[in-house]
This record gives sequence, structure tokens and C-alpha cells, in this order.
Amino acid sequence: MKSPHLIRLLAVAVFTAALAGCNQKATTVKADRAENALATYVAPGEKDEYYLFYSGGHSGQVFVAGIPSMRHISTIPVFAPYPATGYGFDDNTRKMLGDYTWGDVHHPALSQTASKYDGRWLFVNDNANNRIARIDLRDFKTHQILGPLPNSSGSHGSSFITENSEYLFVATRFSTPLPKGRVADPKDYAKEFSGAITAIKIDPKTGEMAVGFQILMPPFDYDLASTGKGPSSGWTFFTSYNTEMAHELLEVNSTQLDRDLCPIVNWKAAAQAVADGKVMMMDGVPVLDPAKVPGIVYFVAIGKSPHGMDVDPSGKWIVAGGKLQPSTTVLNFEKIQNAIAKKDFEGEARGIPILKYASVVEGEVPVGLGPLHTQYDGKGNAYTSMFIDSCIVKWKLPPWTPDEQKDLTKVVLDKVATHFSTGHLVVAGSDTKEPYGKWLVAMNKLSKGRHVIVGPSQPESSQLIDISGEKMKMVAEAYTEPEPHFAQILKVSDAAPIEVYPKEENKDANAVWDKKDAGVVRAGSTVTAKVLAIRSRFVPDRIDAQVGDTLVVAVTNVEQTGDMIHGFGVAEQNINVVMDPGETKTFTIKLTKPGVFPFYCTNFCSALHQEMQGYLVVRPAGQAALTPSGTAPVAQR
Amino acid sequence: MLQFLRREYAFLHKPLNLMSRLLLLAGAAAIAAALFFPLWKLHLVAPQYEEGLDLYIYCYKIEGGGMNGQHLAEINNLNHYIGMHPLEQADFHEMRWMPFVFGLIILLILRAIVFGQMGNVVDLFALYAYFGVFSIASFYYRLYTYGHQLDPHAPMRIKPFTPLLIGVKKIANFTEYSFPQAGAYLLILSVGLILLAGWASRQERTA
Repeated sequence: MKSPHLIRLLAVAVFTAALAGCNQKATTVKADRAENALATYVAPGEKDEYYLFYSGGHSGQVFVAGIPSMRHISTIPVFAPYPATGYGFDDNTRKMLGDYTWGDVHHPALSQTASKYDGRWLFVNDNANNRIARIDLRDFKTHQILGPLPNSSGSHGSSFITENSEYLFVATRFSTPLPKGRVADPKDYAKEFSGAITAIKIDPKTGEMAVGFQILMPPFDYDLASTGKGPSSGWTFFTSYNTEMAHELLEVNSTQLDRDLCPIVNWKAAAQAVADGKVMMMDGVPVLDPAKVPGIVYFVAIGKSPHGMDVDPSGKWIVAGGKLQPSTTVLNFEKIQNAIAKKDFEGEARGIPILKYASVVEGEVPVGLGPLHTQYDGKGNAYTSMFIDSCIVKWKLPPWTPDEQKDLTKVVLDKVATHFSTGHLVVAGSDTKEPYGKWLVAMNKLSKGRHVIVGPSQPESSQLIDISGEKMKMVAEAYTEPEPHFAQILKVSDAAPIEVYPKEENKDANAVWDKKDAGVVRAGSTVTAKVLAIRSRFVPDRIDAQVGDTLVVAVTNVEQTGDMIHGFGVAEQNINVVMDPGETKTFTIKLTKPGVFPFYCTNFCSALHQEMQGYLVVRPAGQAALTPSGTAPVAQR
Repeated sequence: MLQFLRREYAFLHKPLNLMSRLLLLAGAAAIAAALFFPLWKLHLVAPQYEEGLDLYIYCYKIEGGGMNGQHLAEINNLNHYIGMHPLEQADFHEMRWMPFVFGLIILLILRAIVFGQMGNVVDLFALYAYFGVFSIASFYYRLYTYGHQLDPHAPMRIKPFTPLLIGVKKIANFTEYSFPQAGAYLLILSVGLILLAGWASRQERTA
């Protein structure tokens, strides 16, 4: 099933993109500018209406921006150390990061209750090291990193959360010999390699994640997913490419077939089968083999090398973006149910039935070249990002009139050029049953020439599009560091973050709230310093130890005032912890070199911030203490 | 002279009519209610503290505004830069006995209602007025002390000052607003009610 025409078409399209289609140079009249400026202007002292949570890609972080201003507000470090907030320097975050200092954040998912955002957690995946992290939206911080997941490599197909946050799905982009650690020749790919779909169980109270179960899959490259709701409740839909099962030169070898087998998973049935014990254990995880447990996984062959797979707010329509075909594929969930009931199959792959394509498809909408992802406004419209055509296409979801059904170009309603090559896009609340609508953000993979030149390393561009009217309207543009892959938009009023950690919540055993309790204690070769930080001093501001000691420093920021943040940086010890008001952070270092090492407050706090400093005295091993360690006398309060 | 004394004697022995007794009862109620409301509020505004820091003074406690009364700790922390002694509940000895004084005054009012003589109202008013003036003077003295006993080793040296008793004043980057609150207004009301009680029976005949 080679299709050289398509490839040729692609090449032509790329070269003529600047001239053809929707990629015309924007000419904005002045009146428009004023109108757009007002629509996105958030005056000093005023606040944005929405949070925009960008995945930070291989920066390993999550960026928080505001809509409509598009201003970057903060960065939430997840998979990479971030000295600005002291992330990755204290014992707790160091332990969470483990041996890794980077991750590749792809798809953030806001927790949901009854298919609506509940403002509790944001989950993100690490495509590189197969981890999932949970950010608590109470304090906008990473609280858990789960993984590397067993039997799972390249967790690209995540994080996709179910309608009541029961499970979060992870599908493998890379297949490997399983369990991990087993070595097989990539030439024996089809036989020896496997993919997996992992269901991560989420504790409904704490959000704590644990591996629930896994489904063993043929070695295709599972790409993206979305979960069902309403009529499709209990189901999850995935895309895949490389049905060819190529193990080398995938660019060519995985693009030979016109369609790829995309899994449709009945996760409720799968969870039941696990409960019924129809599993084998692999690397400590209960694993289902869909060939042996029917009724859990079905395939549908979707064109071509599909990327996004997005369920609409009604739960009836599932749209796949066939990145190498000029159309999106709309599946009808009711038809899928009928085909399953009637066993209307067109074959099977490794014991998994393949649903007859013609029986489940509602239509292929000719949106243009390179459709990747589709989002929804809840008013019956779909918005698809076009990587090759570099634009956003608005089109009408089914039900279609017979007239439209005959000629689906009629359901394509509008196009707006983007700059350039949009990857993901997000409509506010698209994956809920009641999208906020109003705003769409296009996350473009290339920003070339849109910003002032900053050298060869360039940021990505994001464009804000007003979708409240019949015609889409681009109103603002912003830049982000590499590299957002997807985002979630949350109405500010749907979250309730704190500004300080209340004192009574601090349960840290080494927390000190009174200067009397602060001090340095030695137990064997472990020296523990309980330090209190307050404007503008550390108590104690001298810590004595010797070479060979293990130094444990717990610093408590006793402030209870918003934004009164203190840092604790130690010179030449590679330590910088930052404590928010009411927070205690602990770091542990092995003292290997003698010397007097200054420490100081790194986060500008007060008029005497510069004076907020002290000394770590590390005397050579065996040398008598210079003075007994302990609280230095303080002139006054 | 004798006539004046006789008139005064007669006045002090005037019975209190029903209206006076009701007014006295209302006065007692106002004092009792005042215990539950702050008497005074200090409100400090600076560029970094747009919403302001609040300090509420009750007859028996001082309380900061904000979450868990956090504003008090904040004010104390800011004051340490100029070497001001921290405001601590324990230092305010008068707050330990003040509620009892108010209770005593309420008892005196009830006594006046029962005994029903003008002389009781006069006693009551004299004691109450003395206590009122004493309290305000003592409050002023507290402010004076706090503003004048500054630690000479403080990071910032400023000229000793008296924080404002009532009104608006600029201190460094802060604007201080100091005004009476519901509790104080209730006490003022109770004074008015006591005076009115006396006034209402001024024409009663001495029995």
C-alpha cells in the first residue's frame, strides 16, 4: 500500500506553503489592532481570567501563563532541577528526581470530576524516562513522580485522564523487549518487542498514583489518546503509527501503509478482568494479554500515521488527525458499539479484532495538510491544527446534512494562518463535557523570524486565537522556551491555590518556629542544623562541622506573609534551597573539604536581605572545635 | 449656700422614673455588647501592603488581622527593624482586669436601677468617667512607651515617636490609621444613655 503520490504532494506542499492555502501574510488594519489589543490587555494590577498550563517539553518543566495576556507567570519544575525555586536541591525533591536531571513533558492533564475540571491536580508525563508526575494545584508544586514505569518505554501517549480521575493512561511510543532489561536483537522486532498501555490508578482523595495494570500490545508506536465520556464513558481511544513494525529508518519504513491500527480500549472491562485475575505478572505488574482476554481491545485502521485522537465534549465523536493525509477521520462511537456487538470485523492483528473501517467511520473531513490535533468549543465545532499547512481549521462536527455528508468540504468553516507549523493546539476546557470555549492557543513548532533575533537557539511561538465569533481571530502572540507539546486551560475561579503554607500544617520533625528551638546538634558523624529563617536573619547563622561529617540542614521559613520567600544558598557546596512562607526544606551534604563556606539568602526578601547570611565552618577532620556549635548570641530579637 | 446643699441633697435623692431605669438598662446592655467588639483599630498601609495590616484592640486582647491573626506577627517583625518592643498580649496587664471593671460598672448600673436614686447615677457616672479618662490616658502612655523605648542596636535608627491615638499619620513608608471601633462607639453610647437616664428624671419630686 505504498502511496508515492502523497509523499510527492507533501513535498510540494511544504515548498509552496508560503504562497498557497491559508498561510498568507497577515495584514492587519489599525482598527483591528486596537480591538485586539484591548481584548488581550490586562492592565497593571488586573488579573488574567485563565491559567494556561503549557507542557515544557524537554525542559522537563511546566510553564504557567495567563490568558488573555499570554504572559508567562511562573515555571513549575517537574523533571529537572530548577534553582530558582530550589527544586532538586533539597532531600525531598532530590529523591523524587532520582538519578535523572531531565525529562520530556508532553501532555498535561487536569484532574476531572464528572468530566469537568475540578482544579485539584495537573498530571504530566515524561516521554523520555517513562515517568508521570502530579502537580498539586493547591501550591502549584510537583508532589509525586511515579516511575520509570515497568514494561513501558516512551510514555508519549499520556497523560490522559478518565472522567472522574479514576485512571490515567500511558501508551508506549517505543516498543522494547519486555520485561525491561531483557536484551533482544532489534531485527527480531516483531517477535521480541512489545508495547504496553498502562493504567495508572489515582487515589481519589490524595491524588497519589500507582501502577494499576497494563495491557500488553503489539509493537506499534502508540502515539496519543483521549478518554471517553457520556456515551463513550469507560473507553479510551489511542492512535498508533508503525503498524509496519519497522525497527529502523522509521521515517520511511513506518510510513508504507495507508492506515495504522489504532486501539480502542474498554478500560472498565479491563479493570474488571484484572479484578477477576485474568492476568499474568510481569515486573510486578498485573498484565493483560488482549488476545487471551477478548472484549478489552479492538483496533480500527486509521489513515495515515495518525497523531491526535480526540473525543468531543458529547462523547459521541472521536477525531483522529492523519498527519500524512489531508483529512481528519471522524469515528462514530455508536457505530463502534454496533460493530463490536455484530462482530463486524475486517480481520485481526495478534488476536485483537480489527473493526471494519467503513462500519465505524462517520467521514473524512478534508481539512488540509498535516492535521495533528483537534479541539472543541462545545458548540458543535472542531478546531484542527495543521502542521504542514500551518494553520488552524475550524469545521463542523456531525451530525451532518446529507448534502454535507456528500461533500465534506462544506463542513470546513474557517481557517486562520499560524506562524509556523502548529503542533498542538488547545481550546479552553476542550476535553471536558462543557468547554469554556472562547480562546484557542496554537502551539507552533517554529517561530522563525517572529521575534527579535536571539541567536540560533530560538523559542517556540504561541498564538492566541479568539474563537467566540463565527470567524476565528488571531489576537496575540507569545514565546515560550522549548517546548510546549500540549496545554490545559483552567479558569482561575476553578482553582483555589494558597499563598502561604499555614504554620499548623507544617509537620516536619525538624521545623523550628521559635528561635529558642533553633540550633546545631551532633550525633556521631551527623551534624543536624535546625535553622529558622525570618526577615532578615538565619538563626543560627553559624554551623560548625568537620570534614567527613554528614551535614543535615533543615531551614524553616517562619514567615506567614505572601511572597516572603527565603533562600539558603551555600557557596561551593552546590546547594540552593528555597523556602516559601511556612515551609521547611532539608538538604543533606557530605562534607569533603575544609573551609569556611558562606551561606546566604538567595531569594530577595527585605531591605536587609543582603545582610541575611552566615557561615558554615568545616574544620579538618580531628581538629578541635573552634567554639561549641550552637546558637550564636543575638543582640536583640 | 445651705440652699444649694439642700437642693443638691434633694437632687441626689430624686427617684428614677421608668424611662431612666430603661435607659440605664440599655446602657448596661451597650457595655456588655462592647466586650465582644474591638474598641480600637490600627490600620497600616504601605506600597507592599496595599490591603493593609490590621491590629484590633479589645478590652481584653489584641488581635492581628489576616489568616490566624498573622498581621500582629507581621507588624512585630517590621517593628523589629526600628527596635520597637514586640506587641505581646502578656504585656498588656490592664487587659486582664479591664473586663472586670466593665462588669463592675454594669453591676453599678443594675444597682442604680434597683435602688432607683439619682445619687446612684451620679456615682456611676463619676466612676465611669474616671475609668474612661484613665483608660485613654493609659492607652496613650502605652503608645508613647512603645514609640520611645526603641532598641539602640536596631538596624534602623529613627527619632522616637508616639504612634497616633486617633487620626491618620505617615510613619516612614507606612500610613497609619487609628480609629475607634464598634466597641468604643458602644461605650460612648452607654455614657450617653447614663447621662440621658439622669436627665429623664431631673424633674421627679424627691420623695
